[in-house]
Amino acid sequence: MAEVEQGCELFSAGHRACGGCGPALAARLLLKATGKNVIIASATGCMEVFSTPYPETAWGVPWIHSLFENVAAVASGIEASLKRQGRSEKVVCIGGDGATFDIGVLCISGAFERGHDITYICYDNEAYMNTGIQRSGATPYGASTTTSPPGACAPGGNPLPKKDMPAILAAHGAPYVATASIAYPNDFVQKVERAINTPGPCYIQVHTPCCTGWGFESGETLAMAKLAIDTGLWVNYEMVDGKVVKAKKVRRKPVEEYLAKQKRFRHLFKPARRDDVIANIQAIADANAERFGIDIKRKESSE
Amino acid sequence: MLEFMEGSHAVAEIVKRCRPQVIAAYPITPQTHIVEDLAQMVANCEIDAEYITVESEFSALSACLGASAAGSRVYSATTSQGLALMFEVCFNAAGMRQPIVMSITNRSLGAPLSIWNDQQDSISLRDSGWLQFYAEDNQEAADLHMIAYKVCEDHDILLPAFVCFDGFILSHTYEPVDLPSQEEVDAYLPAFTPYQRLDAASPLSFGMYATPEYYTEFRYEIDQALYRAKDAFVKAGREFGEQFGRDYSALVEGYRLEDADTALVAMGSICGTAKDAIDEMRDAGKKVGLLKIRTYRPFPGPEIADALSGVSTVAVLDKNISLGGGGAVGTEVKAALYGSGAAVYDYIIALGGRDVRKRDVAAVVDLAEKGKGDMFYGLRTEVL
Amino acid sequence: MALRIGCAAPPGRALDNKTGAWRVFKPVFDPETCSKCGMCATVCPEGCVRETEEGTFEPDLDYCKGCGICEEVCPKKSIRMEKEEK
Repeated sequence: MAEVEQGCELFSAGHRACGGCGPALAARLLLKATGKNVIIASATGCMEVFSTPYPETAWGVPWIHSLFENVAAVASGIEASLKRQGRSEKVVCIGGDGATFDIGVLCISGAFERGHDITYICYDNEAYMNTGIQRSGATPYGASTTTSPPGACAPGGNPLPKKDMPAILAAHGAPYVATASIAYPNDFVQKVERAINTPGPCYIQVHTPCCTGWGFESGETLAMAKLAIDTGLWVNYEMVDGKVVKAKKVRRKPVEEYLAKQKRFRHLFKPARRDDVIANIQAIADANAERFGIDIKRKESSE
Repeated sequence: MLEFMEGSHAVAEIVKRCRPQVIAAYPITPQTHIVEDLAQMVANCEIDAEYITVESEFSALSACLGASAAGSRVYSATTSQGLALMFEVCFNAAGMRQPIVMSITNRSLGAPLSIWNDQQDSISLRDSGWLQFYAEDNQEAADLHMIAYKVCEDHDILLPAFVCFDGFILSHTYEPVDLPSQEEVDAYLPAFTPYQRLDAASPLSFGMYATPEYYTEFRYEIDQALYRAKDAFVKAGREFGEQFGRDYSALVEGYRLEDADTALVAMGSICGTAKDAIDEMRDAGKKVGLLKIRTYRPFPGPEIADALSGVSTVAVLDKNISLGGGGAVGTEVKAALYGSGAAVYDYIIALGGRDVRKRDVAAVVDLAEKGKGDMFYGLRTEVL
Repeated sequence: MALRIGCAAPPGRALDNKTGAWRVFKPVFDPETCSKCGMCATVCPEGCVRETEEGTFEPDLDYCKGCGICEEVCPKKSIRMEKEEK
């Protein structure tokens, strides 16, 4: 971890995130990894809003917010400017899944294709939380959001699978792409350190459960993130030059253990069980396990 | 020394001498010759800048915003649909007080699609907080870029600016232009000193959000900076005149207005045609003059009222239409002349590249003097 | 105080907002059973769990929102959430 002065938080208390906020923890961990020699470019979203009502910023490092969808382009300009000035700050973008998977894709694609030396962090809480929990391209299949509610004609809630953003960015030639989870803080910090020290555009998608949007107790944020991994619905992996080189192995639990704890999946259990939808979600986890080889076989220890 | 060159090339040569450190632009007709020239200059090491070949105009201006916030002088150029795509970033860049200079080779906005000139694009961004300067010819187009950087980067102003010149009519036309040397430009335009920048040595949060307690005051301060830009422009224009012999200290410029009964009001290249038409009308005994608006934002309302104080009839040539509301310039000129007693008429003219000839200008004067106006001029009623 | 151009601000002012007022439950740390692993400090979304001179941990109740993540992750069950008396 980069050296942080004792008692000095680069992402400070007093921000207005909900108690138990996964993204707030991600922001703290991010700055622990980057240290002070960084410039953060933030997309509009929960994190931007809860951390920067004028003049009460929570950011102890240079930080800029312009718009919802242009963070990667703003960072491209910052990086070009620093290069021209011979400066050493690392440039890191941070955006939610809406800013990353949906509205910001044009700018992200351009920045990655041009090969700017930036690191893009997507804090993925799987819906538009800032505006009130609407469906994004990162919302998992079967989840209820305010724009993918279950109903007579849509018993499963969100009918669409989560977009594979890491693969899209790896296909741009990104030298380092990783997924991470706040359930494993040190792993996330190490991945950020690797990304910012890898020349070229790197991408990290960090799973940040949202107790408000998903519907669970605020103390269970990390537990929920860990269950996502333990069920195979979230896989922590690293891609180097487009190839998966490492994935966290688990002794998988049934997805139902994860689903049953969140209000966004409640319609799968009440008023009647939707075994068909649950089976489809289990199939997604099984496919993840197959693709990344995460199942711990007999006599094999974790990683 | 006068050289015969294309408007786009003259602008690129001047922009080069303004030493932008980051250039981000996306190709769009009729802006392309400027950015092609600049890209070649970067490739030839004639200019010490990063050229970012962005994937859209939206990203072009976003990248300029980031680079400017990081402490670099930046440049972009666009027009028409490209400027429309930048709409959101335009408001943002002005609100974030980034002194970005951007050339606009004025072009119409679709639909229907048209690549030809009018001024709908930049005028549609009139409320964005950008300064807007309009050039009559290629010399002025080139010169205004130097003035724009000087005004924008003034720590008392800190606003972005459009330097507008008519697409094709100026951008693709060859005219004699006097290009100052690099040393002369350096003497006029000092190196960029950011007011504040993204810097790990002195962290700041840029672009925070404002609650209702603060939002109005932030907007007020932007508005005040635009008004202060009037004096800054006058000063920068005067200094330019002192150094280069071409005086741009006036926000509005009269032509044969002294004893005029009827005045035309216009912006951009149409002023050249109007001046020739006025000369002919004057020869025929008509007391006609022209008021050219050089700075559309900040809008020189009092300056217009002052310049037109002795005039009884005013005809505004509007190369734009605020659909359902009349020409944008005419509406504001009417407001500026409210209570003056002058009859002010607005003419929607030269949309989508339709040529304006001297006889068209004379016809507009005739219409105004007959009390006919607030209309599209030269409608081809046979195709309606 | 005059507005800073561009709606910009230097760091530090978030601390003006004492989010401890939001709390319903407060964490009570037991230094006797604490293993000093520091997980509670690592995972606090507020960054308001501090190490004491003894190497154990305590929350800064000016900012603690009472989310309970620290209680959930503590391997020694040294943290319990108590309804706050106000």
